[in-house]
Amino acid sequence: MGFITIDGRKVKFTDEPNILSIIRREGIDLPTLCYHSELSVYGACRLCTVEDNRGRTFASCSEQPRDGMVIYTNTPRLMKYRKMIVQLLLAAHDRDCTTCIKNGDCTLQSLARRLGVLDVPFENRKTSYPVDFSSPAIVRNPNKCILCGDCVRVCDNVQNVNAIDFAYRGTEAMVTPAFQKTLAETDCVNCGQCRAVCPTGAISIHTNKTPVWAALNDPDTRVVAQIAPAVRIALGDALGIPHGENVTGKLVAALHRMGFDEVYDTTVGADLTIMEESKEFLERLKSGEKLPLFTSCCPGWVTYCENRHPELVQNISTCRSPMQMLGAVIREYFKDPEKNEGKKLVSVAIMPCTAKKGEILRPESMTDGIQDVDYVLTTTEVANMIQTAGFKFDMLEAESCDMPFGIGSGAGVIFGNTGGVMEAVLRRLAQTSKRTEIDVIRQSGVRGDNECKVLTFDYHGRQVRAAVVNGLRNAEELIQKIESGEETFDIVEVMACRRGCIMGGGQPLGAGPRTKAARAKGLYDADNDIQIKKSDDNPIVTNLYQTLLKGKEHKLLHRNFGEHSNC
Amino acid sequence: MRIENRDQLNEISSRMASHMEQTTHRILICAGTGCLSGGSAKIYEKMMALAKECPQVEIEFGPEVAHGKETVGIKKSGCHGFCEMGPLVRIEPAGILYTKVKPEDCEEIFEKTVLGNELVDRLLYKQEGVTYPTQDEIPFYKKQTRLVLKNCGHIDAENIEESIAKGGYQALAKVLFDMTPEEVVDLVEESNLRGRGGGGFQTGYKWRQVARQKEKVRYVVCNGDEGDPGAFMDRSIMEGDPHKMIEGILIAAYAVSAQEGYIYVRAEYPLAIERLKNAIAQAEERGLLGERILGTVFSFRLHINRGAGAFVCGEGSALTASIEGKRGMPRVKPPRTVEQGLFEKPTVLNNVETYANVPMIITNGAEWFKSIGPEGSPGTKAFALTGSVKNTGLIEVPMGTSLREVIYDIGGGIKDDQEFKAVQIGGPSGGCLIQTDLNINLDFDSLKKRGAMIGSGGLVVMDRHTCMVEVARFFMNFTQRESCGKCVPCREGTKRMLDILERIVDGKGQEDDMEHLATLADMIQNTALCGLGKSAPLPVVSTMQAFPEEYKEHIFEKKCRAGVCQSMRTYVIDKEKCKGCSKCARNCPVEAIHGEIRKPFTIDSTVCIKCGSCVDNCPFGAISIAGQEV
Repeated sequence: MGFITIDGRKVKFTDEPNILSIIRREGIDLPTLCYHSELSVYGACRLCTVEDNRGRTFASCSEQPRDGMVIYTNTPRLMKYRKMIVQLLLAAHDRDCTTCIKNGDCTLQSLARRLGVLDVPFENRKTSYPVDFSSPAIVRNPNKCILCGDCVRVCDNVQNVNAIDFAYRGTEAMVTPAFQKTLAETDCVNCGQCRAVCPTGAISIHTNKTPVWAALNDPDTRVVAQIAPAVRIALGDALGIPHGENVTGKLVAALHRMGFDEVYDTTVGADLTIMEESKEFLERLKSGEKLPLFTSCCPGWVTYCENRHPELVQNISTCRSPMQMLGAVIREYFKDPEKNEGKKLVSVAIMPCTAKKGEILRPESMTDGIQDVDYVLTTTEVANMIQTAGFKFDMLEAESCDMPFGIGSGAGVIFGNTGGVMEAVLRRLAQTSKRTEIDVIRQSGVRGDNECKVLTFDYHGRQVRAAVVNGLRNAEELIQKIESGEETFDIVEVMACRRGCIMGGGQPLGAGPRTKAARAKGLYDADNDIQIKKSDDNPIVTNLYQTLLKGKEHKLLHRNFGEHSNC
Repeated sequence: MRIENRDQLNEISSRMASHMEQTTHRILICAGTGCLSGGSAKIYEKMMALAKECPQVEIEFGPEVAHGKETVGIKKSGCHGFCEMGPLVRIEPAGILYTKVKPEDCEEIFEKTVLGNELVDRLLYKQEGVTYPTQDEIPFYKKQTRLVLKNCGHIDAENIEESIAKGGYQALAKVLFDMTPEEVVDLVEESNLRGRGGGGFQTGYKWRQVARQKEKVRYVVCNGDEGDPGAFMDRSIMEGDPHKMIEGILIAAYAVSAQEGYIYVRAEYPLAIERLKNAIAQAEERGLLGERILGTVFSFRLHINRGAGAFVCGEGSALTASIEGKRGMPRVKPPRTVEQGLFEKPTVLNNVETYANVPMIITNGAEWFKSIGPEGSPGTKAFALTGSVKNTGLIEVPMGTSLREVIYDIGGGIKDDQEFKAVQIGGPSGGCLIQTDLNINLDFDSLKKRGAMIGSGGLVVMDRHTCMVEVARFFMNFTQRESCGKCVPCREGTKRMLDILERIVDGKGQEDDMEHLATLADMIQNTALCGLGKSAPLPVVSTMQAFPEEYKEHIFEKKCRAGVCQSMRTYVIDKEKCKGCSKCARNCPVEAIHGEIRKPFTIDSTVCIKCGSCVDNCPFGAISIAGQEV
């Protein structure tokens, strides 16, 4: 508590962790390349350096406010220092901006413009390291790296994966997996959070746009798409639509115009997941075996668990993820010659997630050894395809998803938020579909972006303990408590990304606290607009069980572990 | 073998002391890194062999003294400090110091001095016609105040009992039996002991802050990552008197109630690591480390952690990160090391020399300590005196001793009686002091006022044969290579400064290079993350301030007055001296020298590659670098 003076204006501070956050709160966007409020303070870029009334300079990100401090943020020498720091970074950077994936979306580029950098008075010393395309999800281009360390810290602080770190010293310092291995050789879970924080083009999405465009232009191919819940409330960010607005209708229209033959809703897959997972959960609850049940929707989490906690893999639900369930159903559906009209099927999933690109390649998620989903496009890639096609997104007339997989329940839509799967399970287990009962569940503590939420509910007289955790480091901490016996749970929802899929690694960049909140609200609003609240009330789902899925539930909806199969 | 109480410690001390007195001769062969590389291990072996063969003497190994025979103790001591004159052999009790000893001198030493009590005159130190038979009389030593280094060279560095005989672990016993931890902190704070690692932070205050923390798991860490080029004070203490430092660490641990400690030693000091390992093992065996020290409830475990060769790991937070097994990179503060240091626990982090000062302060009191040196910086400071000075080596003087006294009285003046030009103080993070600074007092405050720093205590003396631009380039190259690469100003900025300095010494300097250097230096000093980065430009800034004309000559006239920068050398043949023998022309690899036999030859500087082979080959000393005396 106290007052500091910033550029002559006296302002109050309370519990701000550092001077930078007060400066920003006061409406001065002091530039930084390495500061993220959710990561540990790193202090490497030095752009947030400020000056006090004694002429002392220091980085405001790592200075605690003290009552009576007098701070200047834009003195001539500070402006000179900042400009020089950006010039130094540019001088050691691959400056082929026009052909860079981040062109127009790059923090370094925009800083250079903001700070008026019109020349770089140093000889360019760009490195020429090979670009790492080994991962199906992420592309690492060390030549674009400015060593801000954001990726290293997100991989450690938030995800506890530590696939990458710094190596070498001085100007030879670089971010790399250990021993210069490729990303595919590491424990990387493909979550893409490194890409979400990378200010430059050093880490980007491994894109599949080209083969999708090719399929769209092939008359002998039927191209179908499915849209994940979290895509619809984030796509607008990249296309000039206000944050959190549900753009499903415009997206469907755009995809139809691009040439997709059918556009389905992954929410149907989410409903199938709830049906299967709830059934599995009740069976385990009855037998008391393999508890707690961990959810299986998130491929980042599944990979993490396999790498770090093989002893818990049997606790993960055998259900495929919603994308994989719907993918399998779509492929089964188009096996019918009447439906496929003799065309080859290309199944595309539009996802907020980079890890989904890896998930489709997992053998246990295939049906009869055949990949169900051919390509995963992230929200960011689809936004770019819309721009490439030149569609004026805001002018598109909304269209609805195609049948027979075009209507999902509200329970399926909220999957994109942390706690969404759990809430959907709770709805499924509820006795009735009454509004009052749905409201009770909503207020049970399952919502909100807390790192870990614990709730207890009654199921036929049994007190069930559930946990909802997001962020893999938080998951790790929870696992430690479970394994030490400190905590006992019956069911645990894990999402690898903080806040769940709405902040997935494939989403449009630059989401601040307001956008994050708006995306979460966007999904809950979508739920409010849907009359069907429970997965088991979705007529499409009911129909599928009676027809297409009959006798094939395990084959199409569960992961196939070969001889160790639980199904 | 365990020492269970104070009486037993005293008993060992007096028994060992009287044993050392009874030994007829103690031959202390310097086994510091300098003398070892000069071949002192062979001298030790030779002496041992001679003593074994000789029927008149008995070699002393343990505290039991054989009666009736001459007893000779042959010991490997730590560094004596007078490295210029190594390998050194000291003979006690007379205190004779033999210099530049070779293995073939051993027989004579043994015959004459050990058996005959005669001096080997040719091995004694001589200065200006005077021969100095004993070590204490040699001016190099006489002008020093050796407190921290007192035992270095005088005891067997590999035998804890010799250390105990010299009063080792008495201060530990005093704090354990007579003082509370608070009293220890009070005493150290009262003494105003300041960190010898360079920062000059008050040691007692640091301890008090750690003692004050709520967290009860605490660590004591000793920084032995002495990385400055040319500095070897800490190495000598670790090699020569490891127990003094370990005792200091133990006292710190007691004062702040720490249970565990680490000594972080750079990997380039294998001998120091070996001696420390040995010292820790011996201390553990005697119950001076480990559980229930000296029979009290105080327990402390001490580990050695080897660095991996990164200079930046001398920085506190990088050092603790390195011990934790992480990449050695400085982190932002707060939290400070005293709050969250090693393993995020409160940590006392002091340097080797600081810890070595502690036992003396405990034993002799704060007033005694404050009586040495100036008020603000009491005590002594060890310096590594290197460069163009007659007596290079390790010295210890009271704080506040003038630079002139150090260089001229102890160092014996500049080599070849040249004129003093500058001294680089504090290593690559320090600045240079010049002629007008000769009367400056070497203490924290006086140097800070002058814009320089004591650093870890490296003193590199330079004369007119030193090119100041090249010196700046050398240090910048060092810091640039040792930058961890974390913050932009240090990683990229120092590289750009180095680029400019490299082109200046390469004769390609540009008109505004000095301005560019100054701008970059200002930015780096004001924005870098850690001390290494912030101080990296100092050698450049201080040489540009003191010797701007040298920079200008390099840039505009393409001239290096010291004749160091190869690209700028112009070789000329003195017409008077040249006899026209053509030897230079015949040895010139590029046929740049022409002339008629018996007439003066000339060098075509446009062809000359400045290799210097003509200079080496001229029998008459007729060829020199233009602008330089021969």
